[in-house]
Amino acid sequence: MPDITQTDAAPPSTVHSLYKAGSGRRITFIVFLLLLLIAAVIFSAGIGTVAISPEDSILSVAHACAVSVQNFLHTYLPAVGARYDSIPFTIPSPSNPQAELIVIGFRLPRIILAILTGISLAVAGAVMQGLLRNPLVDPFMLGLSSAAAFGAAVAIVIGPGIFGGLILIGSNSFIIILAFFFGWLSMLLVYGISRARGVNQATLILSGVVIGYIFSAGLIFLQYITNNDQLRDLVVWLMGGMWGASWSAVLLLIPLTLIPFFLLERMSWDLNTIAVGDDVAKNLGINVNRLRLSGLMISTFAASCCLAFTGIIGFIGLMGPHICRMIIGNDHRYLIPCSGLMGAVILLISDTAARTVMSPVEIPVGVIMYVIGGLFFLFLIMRARGRGLY
Amino acid sequence: MELVIDQISKAYGQQWVLDNVSFKMGDGEIVALVGPNGSGKSTLIKTLATILDPTFGKITLDGADIRGIDPIELAKRVGYVPQSFSYTLYSTVFETVLMGRRRYITWSVSDEELSRVQLALDSLEMGDLAGKFMDELSGGERQKVFIARALAQDPQVFLFDEPTSALDIRYQIEVMETMRRITREQKSSMIVAVHDLNLAYRYADAVVVLNRGKMIGYGKPQDILTPDCIRSVYGVDSFAIENEFGKFIVPFRARP
Repeated sequence: MPDITQTDAAPPSTVHSLYKAGSGRRITFIVFLLLLLIAAVIFSAGIGTVAISPEDSILSVAHACAVSVQNFLHTYLPAVGARYDSIPFTIPSPSNPQAELIVIGFRLPRIILAILTGISLAVAGAVMQGLLRNPLVDPFMLGLSSAAAFGAAVAIVIGPGIFGGLILIGSNSFIIILAFFFGWLSMLLVYGISRARGVNQATLILSGVVIGYIFSAGLIFLQYITNNDQLRDLVVWLMGGMWGASWSAVLLLIPLTLIPFFLLERMSWDLNTIAVGDDVAKNLGINVNRLRLSGLMISTFAASCCLAFTGIIGFIGLMGPHICRMIIGNDHRYLIPCSGLMGAVILLISDTAARTVMSPVEIPVGVIMYVIGGLFFLFLIMRARGRGLY
Repeated sequence: MELVIDQISKAYGQQWVLDNVSFKMGDGEIVALVGPNGSGKSTLIKTLATILDPTFGKITLDGADIRGIDPIELAKRVGYVPQSFSYTLYSTVFETVLMGRRRYITWSVSDEELSRVQLALDSLEMGDLAGKFMDELSGGERQKVFIARALAQDPQVFLFDEPTSALDIRYQIEVMETMRRITREQKSSMIVAVHDLNLAYRYADAVVVLNRGKMIGYGKPQDILTPDCIRSVYGVDSFAIENEFGKFIVPFRARP
């Protein structure tokens, strides 16, 4: 029997050094992703049918901001406006006269929509994986995407009947509301199944997939019975893409993405704790059922918001968090922001590729995502089997 | 510290899995729960951990009903190790143990918490595994990580549901010796469900024998775990031997 009281003999504080090294690596990776995202934005703003230099892209944004601030101050706060005008430094207009119109008017909303969608879906994926303790779930696998798509399709098909096709805004919000509604409905179904006694993780995924199929069936039926115009709308929506980008959509989505992000980030430690098992988490004073329900509802909300503007974007919720888990591990304090940034980078690059590789013809971003996503999924399964978990 | 289990009964639907179980324990005591599979040991431990609510009866900790204690406060006083445990891909050993400190962490992790994790790992001689991934460990090592997690929690009452089921004989003795030492040193107490009657014999101050939810014996292991009792509860013939190391029970055949 070794003397187990002799703890002094252990190497000096391995846990401390492991923790510090881990935190350092995580922060470095997040900063790296942030820089990568900024580079991707500048690159994406410059590429397209009209090429714009990086300097002009940056100047366009800076100049537009400066002018907007000036206009705002002159309209509402003329006293401050005069002082603002007296600043000796001015931001020059971009050398390409079209640059500002193209970057601000067309490319930037689309870039921001891709970033917000990437953040929402990847954060939702990371949180759902944590809550259900299953590395293979994401909004797509749990049937949420198909359900939201079905909701939107119902709105597209019956919307014009209700609004007479007159109020475009009205019918757009109708699409979003129905997408939310069916997204939540599917999540409640999956959650109900996960709470039922004795249901294991395989059943959970299976029920998500089955719910996805049921909504897909409804979707195909709607496609079958609608006329051509509506069908075209549906197809565009189902393939997924950033066509819906506009400043009004983006300004609406910024709070709808950031607020859920902060709410979910606040759950980080509880998500970390739930990883060691429901019973242990309960023993540690966590209301597991309430946490799971609120976490799923918030992440579903964030994901459906974006899905309502972009159509079905698959796999990003699976890919983003997984790449991050492999690199920085499971601590949700870092994993959630990291996944969000990773999702944003992947979706922005995919969307930029989608609109430029066959220019002027645009490929739906979903096509690119599914190819990348499918290959990644295979890689994941092979790797997971190698680690003896499935 | 005084933990009183007062006429606890628990039913799942029509089926009673615990029927009027009562006993109490104080500082530094180890109580072993023994009984065949399905006798209600796990249910009793989960009820004590407030994971399940009893159908009748109550459990008091220092006079207060545990279901009335704030769950966050209770989490500092009662530590639970389940029979089956889970972990996620890419979780490391020390991160798992750190969860035992959950109630002392608000956002960032202080050096104090990390030291507690180190101490818990060291007391089970697992310091060198701190940086390993959970899925790189053997089943027994993983079980020890979960025990270390409960040690890091530093509670007044440990609730262990078959903590040594996946451990080899050396680890079994090591873990029980460690728990014996910790309960004595820190005046904490422990309720442990065990299948190995000799572990109950050697380390428990009292033993509770459960059969189909009924408590059919409660007292010192030497008085309770007799060949007669084992025959009636398990349907197994056994004999006791005594030598300079203590008294041992040797089960040798199942009765027809």
